[in-house]
Amino acid sequence: MLEDKDRIFTNLYGFQDWRLEAAMKRGDWDNTKALMQIAQDDIIQTIKDSGLRGRGGAGFPTGMKWSFMPKEPKPGKPNFLVINADESEPGSCKDREIIRHDPHKLIEGALIAGYAMRARAAYIYIRGEYIIEAKVLFEAVQEAYDKGLIGKNACGSGYDFDVFVHRGAGAYICGEETAMLESLEGKKGQPRLKPPFPAGAGLYGCPTTVNNVESIAVAPTILRRGAAWFASFGRENNKGTKLFQISGHVNKPCVVEEAMSIPFRELIEKHCGGIRGGWDNLLAVIPGGSSVPLVPAAEIMDAPMDFDGLRALGSGLGTAAVIVMDKSTDIVRAISRLSYFYKHESCGQCTPCREGTGWMWRVMERLREGNADVSEIDMLQEVTKQVEGHTICALGDAAAWPIQGLIRHFRPELERRIAVKRGEAPVAVAAE
Amino acid sequence: MPKLTVDGIEVEVPAGATVLQAAEAAGKEIPRFCYHERLSIAGNCRMCLVEVKPGPPKPQASCALPAADGQEIRTDSAMVKKAREGVMEFLLINHPLDCPICDQGGECDLQDQSIAYGKGHSRFDENKRAVTEKYMGPIVKTVMTRCIQCTRCVRFAEEVAGVEEIGAIYRGENMQITSYLERAVTSELSGNVVDLCPVGALTSKAYAFEARPWELKKTPGIDVMDAIGTNVRLDARGRQVLRSLPRINEDVNEEWASDKTRHAVDGLVRNRLDKPYVRVDGKLKAASWEEAFAAIAKAMQGVSGNQVAGLAGDLAEVESVYALKALLKAYGSSLHEARVDGALYDVASPASYRFNPTIAGVEDAKAILLVGTNPRWEAPLVNTRIRKAIKKGAKVYAVGPEVDLTYPVQWLGADISALNELPEALTKAEDVIVIAGMGACLIEGGYAAARQVASALNAGFGLLHTAAGRVGALDVGFTTEGGFGAVVEAAPKVIFSLGVDEAELAGFFGGAFKVYIGTHGDRGAHSADVILPGATYVEKPGTWVNMEGRVQRTERAVFPVGDAREDWTILRALSAVLGKTLPFDSLAQLRSKIAADHPTLAEEGLAPVAALDAAPKGGDVSGTIVYPIADFYLTNPIARSSPTMQRCSAELIHGESFAEAAE
Amino acid sequence: MADAAHIPDEAETRARWGGFAWNAENAEKAQQILARYPKGREQSASIPFLDLAQRQVGAETNTQGWLPVPVIEFVAKQIGVSYMRVYEVATFYTMFNLAPVGRFHVQVCGTTPCMLRGSDDVLAACKNKGLVKGKTTPDGLFTLTEVECLGACSNAPMVQINDDNFEDLTYDSTIALLEALAEGKPVKIGPQIDRQVSAPEGGPTTLVEMVTENHDYRGRW
Repeated sequence: MLEDKDRIFTNLYGFQDWRLEAAMKRGDWDNTKALMQIAQDDIIQTIKDSGLRGRGGAGFPTGMKWSFMPKEPKPGKPNFLVINADESEPGSCKDREIIRHDPHKLIEGALIAGYAMRARAAYIYIRGEYIIEAKVLFEAVQEAYDKGLIGKNACGSGYDFDVFVHRGAGAYICGEETAMLESLEGKKGQPRLKPPFPAGAGLYGCPTTVNNVESIAVAPTILRRGAAWFASFGRENNKGTKLFQISGHVNKPCVVEEAMSIPFRELIEKHCGGIRGGWDNLLAVIPGGSSVPLVPAAEIMDAPMDFDGLRALGSGLGTAAVIVMDKSTDIVRAISRLSYFYKHESCGQCTPCREGTGWMWRVMERLREGNADVSEIDMLQEVTKQVEGHTICALGDAAAWPIQGLIRHFRPELERRIAVKRGEAPVAVAAE
Repeated sequence: MPKLTVDGIEVEVPAGATVLQAAEAAGKEIPRFCYHERLSIAGNCRMCLVEVKPGPPKPQASCALPAADGQEIRTDSAMVKKAREGVMEFLLINHPLDCPICDQGGECDLQDQSIAYGKGHSRFDENKRAVTEKYMGPIVKTVMTRCIQCTRCVRFAEEVAGVEEIGAIYRGENMQITSYLERAVTSELSGNVVDLCPVGALTSKAYAFEARPWELKKTPGIDVMDAIGTNVRLDARGRQVLRSLPRINEDVNEEWASDKTRHAVDGLVRNRLDKPYVRVDGKLKAASWEEAFAAIAKAMQGVSGNQVAGLAGDLAEVESVYALKALLKAYGSSLHEARVDGALYDVASPASYRFNPTIAGVEDAKAILLVGTNPRWEAPLVNTRIRKAIKKGAKVYAVGPEVDLTYPVQWLGADISALNELPEALTKAEDVIVIAGMGACLIEGGYAAARQVASALNAGFGLLHTAAGRVGALDVGFTTEGGFGAVVEAAPKVIFSLGVDEAELAGFFGGAFKVYIGTHGDRGAHSADVILPGATYVEKPGTWVNMEGRVQRTERAVFPVGDAREDWTILRALSAVLGKTLPFDSLAQLRSKIAADHPTLAEEGLAPVAALDAAPKGGDVSGTIVYPIADFYLTNPIARSSPTMQRCSAELIHGESFAEAAE
Repeated sequence: MADAAHIPDEAETRARWGGFAWNAENAEKAQQILARYPKGREQSASIPFLDLAQRQVGAETNTQGWLPVPVIEFVAKQIGVSYMRVYEVATFYTMFNLAPVGRFHVQVCGTTPCMLRGSDDVLAACKNKGLVKGKTTPDGLFTLTEVECLGACSNAPMVQINDDNFEDLTYDSTIALLEALAEGKPVKIGPQIDRQVSAPEGGPTTLVEMVTENHDYRGRW
């Protein structure tokens, strides 16, 4: 188990004050000026060496992302850092804890990351529904300005850097980086076509990097403790510590920082008081937030919770939002509810997602009742394939995968419901 | 110049080209709905997917992907076929199967492409989505259930028309295209969204349920609603032109047409003069051609020289103007004038009255000074070019009363004397053009002042005409020293009017015998002593010269109504009765005479002319500018007779509400 | 019909809201918001301005506020953007109410993590207290909306009422919450069970020093 001294987010649960003074006592803003005297490319190299992969779901190497930014911004085209605090993926609730209990880690990280990528300012895009969280963040940013930690000559480093907070207004799609930029520009959150990528033309047409809150908030600690320290946790290619968010049918759902690659069983036993009704009662797990396919109990129990380990199971780590489902779960309804979510959150811009999400949800609702033909299971699978990979952004994929996971692992259950509905099979308690 | 292969065919395309354009260069057709050459790229329909190597293992939207050196594009692979079939199925699941009652049927992109990519059966077992109609105004009919959310109309409204009044509200499957609060779109270009709409969501309100495209006879024509010379295709069934649609001409109208160009055609069959009339005892009475000619002959007895005058109206084509000039000449009269609006400008050389920068050339200006013109109404498709220039960084200045031109303008004052104090940004600018309108030429010395400013700014100079027939008439020398005023002063005994309807001739020529050759029972006819029914622009072959001096010819789309005849033949027949037989018996003979006298009119196209000479001298000028057009929709007898234009005027100019009464 | 929220009568809202303008406090806030964005990028303020306007409407009507058309137009004018573009934004984001809501906007999360832990019970409690999805109670107190994931999944099921989250709900605690709100009694924000935010119930399994003091772990690095 990760030792407390190696936990980055020590005030994760907000037992202590989030304000600057208390945060400094915990080690934030500790001679940040020194960090900003490190050459920018050396900072990026350290982040690369640490093995940090983006914490927002896709797992792209953070250091490499930073290195895409122009080294010498053109006049009138400053570099921007945009921090994605639009935490909306069902199952995810980690950035919320960072923002409301450890906001200064995020603000300091914004400064360091912004400096490393030669950005002029950071915009923190926080989802609109995080009202109290945004209030904390606004105040924390003001504290940092008041103490000269950000703004002109930030931390006395000679570097000017602004941090602005921008609140969204309720749209999951704004978590997609280019939709976020559109939304920041005051438009509907409809993802942009790529290319151009944000590092070339992002916010206001300027080079932009979009990073998740957690990716940015861990950066100062990585710089202070060294890449090797961070890389000492987790398996190769899956380094570091990670905030896991466990929801669903465990005895004690929680958010907890653990070492990457921690086995699922250990994560649940140590922090969540085990599966509700015991391990035999486990049905399936969605290990990375709603967008990744579910994994049946037998496969997940001892799997390492990291990018590659879960990929090997046909799923993914995503945001490490672990949704646990025991055998009382109506698994078809659980996935159908996600299908509804994607239908509700589709921006409507491109055809496969706009039309496909609604179709998939409606078929899922019928399958829930068994009110379908067996051939429609295959049709649904085909429809998911027609959506997947054909859309502007990844929401189409995200809508398709949970259904594909369901069909892959629970097809007999779908067929059983159809048979029951037709009176061809006895009514039985679900999957007992 | 990236080199790439499309289905194994090597092509080289200009830098910045897209994969879709590269595929077209290789002769591969790429299906698309949202992509349009003249609009920004949306990439949202996903129909144009192709396989690209190198790249991710999923198909890419070719409309948005830059072509790059060494790419291997497949448009024919299994992956591509499957992807497009998938997209087509998605487009169709919520699209109603109402093609038999849809006006787009037969010219529907979705219908056409479903032949190639459709499944032929539906697997969609749910209820189809229904979307309520949205009111968009008198031009555009909506059936929004058919909408496939390609957003072409949204982009057109914002980018080309410059009115951000169409948008997509809500999101996901509830996303709906609508005008702002379902109000009429206040653009004189709104009809273009009907052409742009790839399905039957936006159709032509006036043309609703009129005809099927395969029933229509299609004739290339030139529009006469303004002096742009919009290239149109006239779609006729039987003896009626039902539609006027733009043809592509990059130099003139690109592929746009104003709402007047499109929809005034329903005025072609209303209020028409279909037989001659003679005024008897103060009242116009229907007559035979012989009776009408006899009445004219009687009036012409003893008339000679400048006792007879000719006036050419806004819609007179070159042939009839030339024929009238020849008839007057036979009487020894040189009293003829085309500037019947009273505007005064130099006619000594073509460059002095042409729109010299050319319509397309407007795009290249870095600064534009408008003097006494409201191009949005006087020439909507010059206005779109100005918008394009602004997109490229141009600044626009204007002298005249402030109006909404759809783009930012620095207004210098409503009085033409504002020309005396131009802002420094303008005087220091390069690539300037000065566009002077009739509003400037109606003020004494206004034209000279505009020319002088152009000369001082080292700028291009263009006169923005509003009448389709004007430049052609000027080209055949149908002018008199001193203009319209001089003709009035000469107090002729007999006046031949070629469709002069924009001036009250009765007021100017109280005692004169007025022969009106025209098409509609409008102002000109009301004050006439003899009416000779002529042919409209769709009913005769004709030569038209647009404001640039571009010569364009048209064919006959339908025959004239009733006893009406082509205008030049009327004059030819009359000349025989008058004993002054004109020396041409056919259109070919007439045209060869015109060509001999006026070589620039011999060939279609823009003939080069001598450069502008020195600007005319003039003293200080002042006077508040009044734009020549008070109501965009009702500028000529055809438009005034058009129910669609009348409704546009009532609703969009006079603010009457029709939204409640909408279907 | 795919058409969404019924937009209230235009003439009526124009009469009531046609003269909308920032109050003194919000005028200052609006300036602060504008200062966050580069010059010429005032459009970026569309979402914050709409939110501010909705809150002002809420304050003026003692509800959670909504966006009458004239108010949307006011915002558009403030940032120099066409009405249509701002109207699109107002219809795109779920937090903007296009029709009036009650004094308490009860937003029950129904997405899977909450569903797994009993959001059905929360909705049942709402129903039994007379709340109907998409409607406001006749007394004008409660408007019920089923919303999508609000990002408090480890504290599921939850409901957001106005600006506050109420988490780890049960049928009974939801009833109690609604009753307390209706009666104007104080309510406990956050988890409705004995639990510190998203720490495991019964006390954290990690960082236990932090419970009692602002511990600095650097000494053990």
